[in-house]
Amino acid sequence: MAVERSLLEVNNLETGFRFGDVYHNAVDDVSLTLENNEILAIVGESGCGKSTLATSIMGLHDPKNTEIKGEVIYKDLNLLDLNEKLYNRIRGNDIGMIFQDPLGSLNPLMTIYNQISESLEYHSDLNEEQRRARVLELLNQVGIPRPEQIMKNYPHELSGGMRQRVVIAIALANKPPVIIADEPTTALDVTIQAQILDLMVDIQDETGSGIILITHDLGVVAETADRVAVMYAGQIVEEAPVEELFANPKHPYTRSLLNSIPHELEDDDDELHVIHGTVPSLQKLPRKGCRFAPRIPWIPEDSHEENPVLHEISPNHKVRCTCWKHFHFEGEDE
Amino acid sequence: MGFLEVRDLKVHYPIRGGVLNRVQDHVKAVDGVNLSIESGKTYGLVGESGSGKTTIGKTIIGLEKATSGKILYEGEDVTNKARSRNKKFENYNKDIQMIFQDATSSMNPKKRIIDVMSEPMRNYFNYTPQETKKRVADLLEIVGMNAEAMYKYPHEFSGGQRQRIGVARAVASDPKLIIADEPTSALDLSVQAQVLNFMRRIQKEYDLSYLFISHDLGVVQHMSDDIAIMHRGRFVEQGSKEEIYKNPQHIYTKRLLSAIPDMDPTTRAAHKVERQRVEAEYDAQETDYYDPKGRVYDLQRYDEEHYVALKPEEPNASLQNENVNTGGGN
Repeated sequence: MAVERSLLEVNNLETGFRFGDVYHNAVDDVSLTLENNEILAIVGESGCGKSTLATSIMGLHDPKNTEIKGEVIYKDLNLLDLNEKLYNRIRGNDIGMIFQDPLGSLNPLMTIYNQISESLEYHSDLNEEQRRARVLELLNQVGIPRPEQIMKNYPHELSGGMRQRVVIAIALANKPPVIIADEPTTALDVTIQAQILDLMVDIQDETGSGIILITHDLGVVAETADRVAVMYAGQIVEEAPVEELFANPKHPYTRSLLNSIPHELEDDDDELHVIHGTVPSLQKLPRKGCRFAPRIPWIPEDSHEENPVLHEISPNHKVRCTCWKHFHFEGEDE
Repeated sequence: MGFLEVRDLKVHYPIRGGVLNRVQDHVKAVDGVNLSIESGKTYGLVGESGSGKTTIGKTIIGLEKATSGKILYEGEDVTNKARSRNKKFENYNKDIQMIFQDATSSMNPKKRIIDVMSEPMRNYFNYTPQETKKRVADLLEIVGMNAEAMYKYPHEFSGGQRQRIGVARAVASDPKLIIADEPTSALDLSVQAQVLNFMRRIQKEYDLSYLFISHDLGVVQHMSDDIAIMHRGRFVEQGSKEEIYKNPQHIYTKRLLSAIPDMDPTTRAAHKVERQRVEAEYDAQETDYYDPKGRVYDLQRYDEEHYVALKPEEPNASLQNENVNTGGGN
């Protein structure tokens, strides 16, 4: 381990959900690091565990039905050991969160001003006047026109893009060093999405925060991320700097995913790549061997590792299992 | 001339208010739209939320009433006649079907797949139970599913499978046109690929036409022959896929195309500069492309198979030196 600690470190995180008396891991042995001034994208399809990873870091899971193992290290503190009271001092102050649905994360009965200043009231010693100045500054920063008027409005009076800007303003209120954004643009139109992504990149440049960006959209990843972790069935299957991942994807899942992006057709028989089979459910998920193996049955069994781990195949580029060395698409030559 | 013609279609919703709850104004969801649909082709309808694209689809199939304008099917006026019990309109009802975004809520949860899928057959064909079963099995097969699936209930399937059943059901009445309203927006990338592939295969097999409604420009580019871009209830640009993506003329189209995320992270900075340039241009030139009330101008012929909504009189000066390709995404 490096002497200098990363901004945020997740070590061997396992999050299990209870079904009857058994816990099934939705996040299975995930380790990652987030540095200052970096956007780390976590990409995967629904059910791969990417949102569970976010809620585990934030401690937002339901403790009765969830079991978490491993470590989340922030400033030499294992967040998973904290009680609710201490956690609340971290949330919003050190770690800000942006959710997918802006309407759901805003209180419909509070004005925009109250929602933003609530977080300042809780975490800082600013007096009323200073809070007001800070709220105005934040609204300006996230590009809201006429902030003086808008802050007296209620969420339903704003458009979707404006609401998401308010949510970002709340997340930024206490200048958190870490921001976790879970599908921040999925509910928005493309033009608004582009504006919000630009905003996030600009804010990150200004504040030097580390951002964990959770998304299913590879286009969003290509536009914003510095580093990418691809998740499948609760595990990270590939991790690389963004240019490397798009230019040189290695894991069969990453390659299949990139191949199923709709594109312009070359001829009439051109078809999109379809991944064989379906994602197994949490209970039926095989916990041994390569989890992607059932989706690529034409690859001989002995190309997979018995207990696949992440291998660093080139500097900063990690791939799980060894099957990528022998992978070819169905019907293609090796 | 297509088999289905939409002429100057308008769908306005009244806004009521005041003490007497009188009609004070109208929301012009669709405001003068023309479409001509030929067999075997796919028409992409693109726009942001609230642009009226879904309303057009719903009006064609009769889920919304047209305020004015005409829908002609095989030359016959069928405006607001969908769902009519009159035998005269039976073919129109049978030949136009729809696939919805949310496959779960478009199927009765208490019915088995065989019942869900045989309903259109009962309405339009006199099949015996054996024939129905055979037909359902055949339809399930063309969307890559097992015949045993017909005895299951909708909740027993995954989202992608349900959407494939939705496609199979739409095909059950042997239609000529399927209106697909965001059919894959709720699906994961790899599942979306599967549904899109099946839709294209079925199109070839049955010589179907699609009206493909989506906000996803990548999917529309993949599926469509012709594309119409919608904004504020009207078409801002209409033409062949190549023309729209390679040679967009209307500022709104350019803005939309430049906002598609670029799949190449190495050109990220250049793409961002270009996008912000187009965005600034959109803000600066908005008045050149919309009339003083903010309404989109009428479409004008720009080229063969390419229509653009431009200011009627003087041709726009900025257009001549404005031939930059804004890039079509991936």
